[in-house]
Amino acid sequence: MDFALVFVQMLNGLQLGLLLFLVASGLTLVFGILDFVNLAHGSLYMLGAFVCASLTFLTGNFLIAIALALPVMAVIGWGIERVVVRQLYRRDHLDQVLGSFGLLLVFDVAVHLIWGPAGIAIPLPAWLDTHIGLAEDVVIPVYRLLIIGTGLAVAALLFWLVHHTRFGMLIRAGASDRTMAGALGIDITRLFTLVFALGAALAGLAGMLVAPITEASIGMGNSVIITAFVVIVVGGIGSMKGAFIGAMIIGLIDTLGRSFIDDGFRLIMGTAAAETAGPAVSAMLIYLLMAVILALRPQGLFPPSGR
Amino acid sequence: MKKYAMAALAVSMLVEPLAAESVKIGFVTTLTTGAAAIGNDMKDAATLAVSHMGGRMGDREVEIIFADDGFRPEIGKQVTDRLVKQDNVDFVAGYIWSHVLLASRKSVLDAGKFLISSNAGPSAVAGKLCHRNFFSTSWQNDQTPMAMGEVLNRQGVKSLYIMAPNYAAGKNMVTGIERTFMGEIRGKDLTKWGADAQLDFSAELAKARASGADGLFVFYPGAAATAFIRQYTQAGLKDTLPLYSVFTVNALTLPGLQAANFDSVLGSRMTQSWDPTLDNPANRRFVSDYRETFGRVPSFYAAQSYDALMLIRAAVEAVGGDLSDQDAVRAALKAANYDSVRGRYTYGTNHMPVQNFYLREVVADAGGTWTTRVVATVYENHVDPYADDCRM
Repeated sequence: MDFALVFVQMLNGLQLGLLLFLVASGLTLVFGILDFVNLAHGSLYMLGAFVCASLTFLTGNFLIAIALALPVMAVIGWGIERVVVRQLYRRDHLDQVLGSFGLLLVFDVAVHLIWGPAGIAIPLPAWLDTHIGLAEDVVIPVYRLLIIGTGLAVAALLFWLVHHTRFGMLIRAGASDRTMAGALGIDITRLFTLVFALGAALAGLAGMLVAPITEASIGMGNSVIITAFVVIVVGGIGSMKGAFIGAMIIGLIDTLGRSFIDDGFRLIMGTAAAETAGPAVSAMLIYLLMAVILALRPQGLFPPSGR
Repeated sequence: MKKYAMAALAVSMLVEPLAAESVKIGFVTTLTTGAAAIGNDMKDAATLAVSHMGGRMGDREVEIIFADDGFRPEIGKQVTDRLVKQDNVDFVAGYIWSHVLLASRKSVLDAGKFLISSNAGPSAVAGKLCHRNFFSTSWQNDQTPMAMGEVLNRQGVKSLYIMAPNYAAGKNMVTGIERTFMGEIRGKDLTKWGADAQLDFSAELAKARASGADGLFVFYPGAAATAFIRQYTQAGLKDTLPLYSVFTVNALTLPGLQAANFDSVLGSRMTQSWDPTLDNPANRRFVSDYRETFGRVPSFYAAQSYDALMLIRAAVEAVGGDLSDQDAVRAALKAANYDSVRGRYTYGTNHMPVQNFYLREVVADAGGTWTTRVVATVYENHVDPYADDCRM
């Protein structure tokens, strides 16, 4: 097997994993701490992409647009929590699923009304819209490296936030025993709003980062949300470390599966059969992994401690 | 006075049921998800067609009911059932996606209605599953890539890497190019498709680069096209791995590509059975009215949808508005006696158009808008390869 190709595919897997982590981290925070099943998390990812697209055309610079769009997404998250999500905390999970599914439909239609049915491609500055050769056979788009860098930086920032700051301590306290945390004088309501806004900004950031590769389009969040749920189930619901490692595993398995599985199949079956089976199996791989994890270790690989 | 008015009203209420009922047409397309832009284009074209015919087919009014398939076969079938059973339409037209058409066709045909595909052309409906009440105003999936394969042979391209979505049409497109392309296929990838389609092609593009092929052939319709072209450009493959595509670069994707200034797409070539610059009166009227009404260049989806409505009108008028005689309606449809925007064509034994395929090129028009123009005619009156499998 070609070493350069494997290396490039590892980088591609890493990049996919980091994007998934940004979505899954918000999802796991909201699910783990607020105990709220947020199907509309993918809508925040989509909104992030569209808001960023509009701001890019307004300001003429993608990076400035991201800097402006992040607080916008946090404010949108804050608004959603105050208006809708807050009413659902005391309900059971089915009501939450129905409520957030309703939100998802509302956002899809709202985006259709505001931005129209066509997707929006986001232009990148010239220095990002090119590629570099890391070695003779290893050519990679600069923008993919930017995603990897941003993803790692945000992951580091989140770990620092959760494990070494007062806000993080409150988050962890709220997660392990919300009644006790409230009794000790922590404003749980405000904490929850902040966590939800943080999750919205993270999902939005993932959408903004992916939009210049694909484009901002309606329903783009609905596919990523499924994969993000797979990530947090594999990693352990409510665990930031689990979300990170789960996202890396899913990103690598998905990418490497797409790249090499049909070659592998060709060794054991005919070319025609491998060409049919390869894409089918590679699309299933991450769900197979989830099924195995659920059977052997239902709490996930890294369940949060203290629960 | 009031008495007279009441009397007039009563008379009009009595008379109303005697007037001819409207011709009802169900139109199934994708109006939500990322593919909504395609459905929107088809809907606009169908609306324009109805306004061009003054809202009437012969002396009957036209009623068109749009339905959204949500880019999913099961929903497509569901809305088709509703159109056929509940709304009792006379014709069902539309269908962007081959897998949606395959799931929905039976609902229409079993109910004894006419089905006009305005885009999807899976191999099955042209061959083994052909049906006397099925007609197409588009093409069979294999034909357009077959024309592309022919072009590649003429250009002396020796080897290809192939990428397409993993669904009925994607597989047909791959079969199509393999039918005519004489060089070596260095590798191919079928990527996940549907409402949660794969849009990040980094892994596949890395494989394509490593394959060392002379060219890259792709089929990525709808929103996937912009994503693909962007990533292809970013990966710097333009010089080493030239792009040959079908149904990927078109009037729907070009405005977005132009807004984001992906000028690598200028000059790229594709094959197609229609082009906005085809010079015939019907096409000139369609393109200029469409641009005036909706402010954009119509796509091939729009052209084929416009044609579907015009085909139905020609049939309704030929039978004098009497749709009860199915054989007569069928014969009138099969005659294709209308001015198609692609120029006149005929129907083959399997009710697929026997038509020309052109090589098109992306250019900037006089106003600076990116559009396409015809470079050459690749096939004249081309018959699809499944016609022989059709036993009607």
